[in-house]
Amino acid sequence: MTKGHLLAGLLGVLTVVLVLIGTEWPVPSAVAYAGGGSILRSSSTPEAAATNLADEIRTQAWDKAYASLANKAQFTEGEFKRDLTGYYPSLRTYATLESYEVFPLHESADDAEIRVKLHWSTVVGTSVSTHDMQMIKNGDDWEAEWPIVREVVVPPQVIAVNYLRWDVIYRGPGDDWGIQDVEAPHVRIVDMHPVERAEGVVILGELLNEDVVPADVSVTATLLSKDQSPIATEASFDKISHLLLPKQVTPFLIEFPNVTLSQVGSVRMVPISTLVSASADPVIEIGDQQLNPAPGASLTGQLINQSGQIVNVAHVLGTFYDKTGQVVWIADQYIDRALLPQTPVPFEIHIPQDLASKVSSQRTVVATYSSGAAQ
Amino acid sequence: MSARWTLSLGGLVVAVAALAHAAGGGMSLPRTIEAGSAFSIQTPGSGNARLYIIGTGQVLKRDVQLGHALFFAAGSLFNAGHYLVVLAGDSSTETESFDVVPGNRPSNLSFLAKPSRLPVGLHDGITGAVYVFDAYHNLISAPTPVSFELSSPSGTVQKRATVARDGAAWVQMDSTAVQGVDKFVARVGDISSARIVGQVPGDPCGLKMTAQPSGQQVLLVTDAVRDCNGNAVPDGTIVTFTETYDGTQSTIDEPLKRGVAQVTISARNGALFSVASGVAMGNQIHWEK
Repeated sequence: MTKGHLLAGLLGVLTVVLVLIGTEWPVPSAVAYAGGGSILRSSSTPEAAATNLADEIRTQAWDKAYASLANKAQFTEGEFKRDLTGYYPSLRTYATLESYEVFPLHESADDAEIRVKLHWSTVVGTSVSTHDMQMIKNGDDWEAEWPIVREVVVPPQVIAVNYLRWDVIYRGPGDDWGIQDVEAPHVRIVDMHPVERAEGVVILGELLNEDVVPADVSVTATLLSKDQSPIATEASFDKISHLLLPKQVTPFLIEFPNVTLSQVGSVRMVPISTLVSASADPVIEIGDQQLNPAPGASLTGQLINQSGQIVNVAHVLGTFYDKTGQVVWIADQYIDRALLPQTPVPFEIHIPQDLASKVSSQRTVVATYSSGAAQ
Repeated sequence: MSARWTLSLGGLVVAVAALAHAAGGGMSLPRTIEAGSAFSIQTPGSGNARLYIIGTGQVLKRDVQLGHALFFAAGSLFNAGHYLVVLAGDSSTETESFDVVPGNRPSNLSFLAKPSRLPVGLHDGITGAVYVFDAYHNLISAPTPVSFELSSPSGTVQKRATVARDGAAWVQMDSTAVQGVDKFVARVGDISSARIVGQVPGDPCGLKMTAQPSGQQVLLVTDAVRDCNGNAVPDGTIVTFTETYDGTQSTIDEPLKRGVAQVTISARNGALFSVASGVAMGNQIHWEK
């Protein structure tokens, strides 16, 4: 037998031995990630009990998580699960818990208060939910009182909706050359302002649909150097409300990472609009909008769905202006809960710390998506 | 036609052209022929030969008896352009050329009207371009009188007369002050082509709302929303209502329905209501119970 065969044989035996050891005596984290249990077994401290609960939520071990709660008599396991995943299809329904943080707020011999921040991974990015839990000592172990938020029950009713809807008939493939097609909606950039941030150049602006038909819009920007050669081209992607009804205005934000403003000679902006079928329903009221100063500057408010259909995904876009009315920042938040008719849902959009003092006023718009609804 | 045929034909043309140059010509044929018209070619000498007529997109081949005229019926050649005639006999080859020109009688128009939808009261906002073709879709290059007519439902008619040069003519028209569907017609002789141009209202003008109590809330209703020419702004146009109270703000984007927009909003003493649509601002109401 050659030395090569001997080495291969040794490596094979070593691999088998390690697999057996790993199977027989696995590390706790490996068991948890394989769905076989939680990382922490003991609930002898409030932090450990809260961590266990969060870990069980992460692995979607709803029965174990529910069984560990101190106030489980107040609600069913189904209500507990729906409190976390949503009562109606929404971003949260298809999200997974990526990570969590546990913060002790208060602790005594028999009770404690723990804040748990759950970082959900959704299709549009991370969504954070915060839950303050009372921790109760039961014998040697601690148990959490889950602060359940029951979904508001909308009373059975009929809501008559007679909002407009636009349908479009385009020219057919067999039409002659010279036959006119339906005109694309006329849109106009009413404001545009490049700013430099730590991550690069950002183009801020607003786009108006000045036509009488709905438009699906996006904005593309090309940075040109001082000798007019293109540096980079980017589009607004999701920092824009893509559906604009007649006379509606949307903010847009376009990011150019790793570019400095000193490199830029000019900017070429291209607004793109397409005529689409659309509905003026649903109408969303954006109530109690308030600018909260630093530290932790934010725009808070609540969305109220004034229509009869459930809105599954809502995207809130905030435009922030300085005292002269110039746009200084645009930020957004996806609401990870469905909007039920006439039911307020809060939102909070964070404003960068260094810009908070410049913000004097704001304008908020909301884009919505309803599954099964004709868009 | 395949590349092989094209090459063969090209080689034939070059070869017979050289031979013909050496032999001298005797064919009698018109210098120009109107597209689609009948014509004849008189051949010289005696014996049998083969005649080729080669042009852009069209090739004819005939067996001929030399010394006789060869007749081509109407519609034989219809693509305008320069044609090469090759008479290939047993002992000699002769070439000539002639032009097929477009007919003078317009038969088809291609009419491009832009845009198909525009706001009222726009100077030179509508462009019409027309291309004039004969019955065989050849662009008529001779100067041709063209008239344009834009008529609105209010009875206003704008007329322009011009001359198509090199087959094309264009014109600019104003959109009128009244919304509606305009008919835009281009006419050459008794041939015409029509397009539809939608004139839509402009931005809202003099936007005004009123407020009245509605239970525990306030009902905000706009007057009929019109543009600066008095046209009713179409339903579906977004009107933004804003309530400002004690440092907080509430907004509702409401589409126009039956010409007006209305919302119910929380009634708070001292609240300031404002209304806007697009870039047009409306009035403000300071709410006191």
